[in-house]
Amino acid sequence: MTVRVQTDPFDAGAELNGFAKGRGDVGAVVSFTGVVRDTQGNLREMLIEHYPGMTEKAISAIADEARKRWDLADVLVIHRYGPLAVGAPIMMVATAAAHRAAAFEAADFLMDYLKSRAPFWKKEVTAEAETWVAAKNADEDALKRW
Amino acid sequence: MNVIYFAWVRERIGIPQETVETNAATVNDLIAELRAREARYDAAFADITALRVALDQELSDFDSSLAGVREVAFFPPMTGG
Repeated sequence: MTVRVQTDPFDAGAELNGFAKGRGDVGAVVSFTGVVRDTQGNLREMLIEHYPGMTEKAISAIADEARKRWDLADVLVIHRYGPLAVGAPIMMVATAAAHRAAAFEAADFLMDYLKSRAPFWKKEVTAEAETWVAAKNADEDALKRW
Repeated sequence: MNVIYFAWVRERIGIPQETVETNAATVNDLIAELRAREARYDAAFADITALRVALDQELSDFDSSLAGVREVAFFPPMTGG
């Protein structure tokens, strides 16, 4: 299991190529990459704040829970913080399992929990304003399906 | 104890963290003490349904006891991912 919280960019392709490499028991690898999106066409950058210490613990606890629920060979979570440009990768998760159902479900579970239970806060910066992104009720509701 | 603020809570109060001398028994008691201090605290804690609290880096409830707690963090609902 790998959890990284960093300001530096990451190469999702390179990460994925190295993930669960050489594991003969792995038949399925699923990944998700979150990217900075310019919803209004005026985003200058996205600023991501986090809670050093709690962030790593919270992500590890979420990944541990995924490993309890599904038979996973490996889990990778990378999440960035600091200023991020439009199109930049924000975070990625990858899961490896014998079969695809476990890998897909675990990746979906990880994303739902990282969204609402990992201590990150996003702020959108435009030429006119700086606005904290509000959590959506739908994101909190998404946890109930697990 | 060490009290930490994140995101708009930090901006509204104006500092990222501070040491607070308190005998507050619960998080709610601590919030009442902070609100009584100054308008900026009163404004930040006006609607606690818009806030979350972590005690020693574990997500907790507002009626939780502060016994033995060293670090309290207040922040809006998280927006990771």
